Amino acid sequence: MPQIDQLSESWFAVSQLFWLAIVFGAVFFIIGLYMLPKVEATVDARDRKIAEDLASAKAARDAADGLEEDYRTGTNRARGDAQGLIGKAKDKAAVDTAKLVAKADAAIAEKMAAAEGAIATARSQALAEIEQVASDSASALVARLSGAKISASDASGAVKVALNHG
Amino acid sequence: MAVAEPAQLDPMHQFAVQPIAHLFDIGGRGVYLTNSAVWMMIAGLLLWVFMLGGMKRQLVPGRWQMAVEGFTGFISSMMTANIGPEGRKYTPYIFSLFMFILFANIVGMIPLGLFGIHPFTATSHFTITGVLAILSFSIVLIVGFWKHKLHFFSLFVPHGTPLWLMPLIPPIEFVSFMVRPFSLGLRLFVAMTAGHVLLEVFSSFIIDSLHAGPALGVPISLASMALMVGISALELLVAGIQAYVFALLTSLYLNDAVNLH
Repeated sequence: MPQIDQLSESWFAVSQLFWLAIVFGAVFFIIGLYMLPKVEATVDARDRKIAEDLASAKAARDAADGLEEDYRTGTNRARGDAQGLIGKAKDKAAVDTAKLVAKADAAIAEKMAAAEGAIATARSQALAEIEQVASDSASALVARLSGAKISASDASGAVKVALNHG
Repeated sequence: MAVAEPAQLDPMHQFAVQPIAHLFDIGGRGVYLTNSAVWMMIAGLLLWVFMLGGMKRQLVPGRWQMAVEGFTGFISSMMTANIGPEGRKYTPYIFSLFMFILFANIVGMIPLGLFGIHPFTATSHFTITGVLAILSFSIVLIVGFWKHKLHFFSLFVPHGTPLWLMPLIPPIEFVSFMVRPFSLGLRLFVAMTAGHVLLEVFSSFIIDSLHAGPALGVPISLASMALMVGISALELLVAGIQAYVFALLTSLYLNDAVNLH
């Protein structure tokens, strides 16, 4: 086995150790101490960036959720307000209508009363004219039939009695 | 199995370290540029090129950057899972260890022999794995004594040990603790060596059986080839698993040092 046999050669062990020291030393200082930390720093920076991005994405989502919640409560409130306003408007409209109707009723009643009054006076006038015409025609009848002249007052009295009885 | 005579079909010859150029001397011992050194450097270089893909530092990673971040994330999550948030401090060392062993293992698996280049698996040498294990073990000891001073020895007395077991448990714990660097270094070295020997043995079956004539050679060669394909896949798995086991055990030992029991 040369690994053991060559130990007896004076240059063997010292050459092996010398070159191992050189090469492994170079590997340790250049790769272990210089390159490795840089690679690890890159990985760490990436991990940090990913964590930050995830955190900011989560914050953005939370903010969006908050905005949506605000929007929902806002629209709910607005809808409630609108419903209230509509109700109030309805009530006011009802009250106004009732007032208008009452006014119109009063005006109509007034007109009706006036019309009834006018009818009543027209009737009584008509009745009076009928009396007059009746008494005139009665006195004329009497004068034609009996030739007696009766006074207007008598005639009207008789007509009144007859009208009242009739 | 002598190295001096590199027989063509010696399955151990692939592990021989070939000196390429003499550089200088340390304490009278020559330091050579070897094939082991070259392939370690290639593994380190490939690792560096691979890691460059992770340096684009894009917010949305491409495939390459994803692959690099997959590896770093794998090790750092292993550290936090085994040690806790304090474990991240030791991630650079464990990551270097894991990636270096992984690339060294896999570079040794590349079938460049087809082009006349012979890859060398540095992690099949306990002079390499053993030093890495001792390094890990030393870090465990330094961290342990640094953080807990002499309380670190309470590692050898598990919670709830009955008093009458006191003479027995601490020595056992001590032995199991001291065995750690050996098991750590030997496991990787043995796994890599065994796999490569197996591949070499099966490939020698093909050559030897073909020497014996086509009647015997063709069926044996086909069977060996099929087995080698399977074993190569298995070896790729082992290359990853052994690197993982080395890193995992080091992180578990570090956990003992950081958190005691």
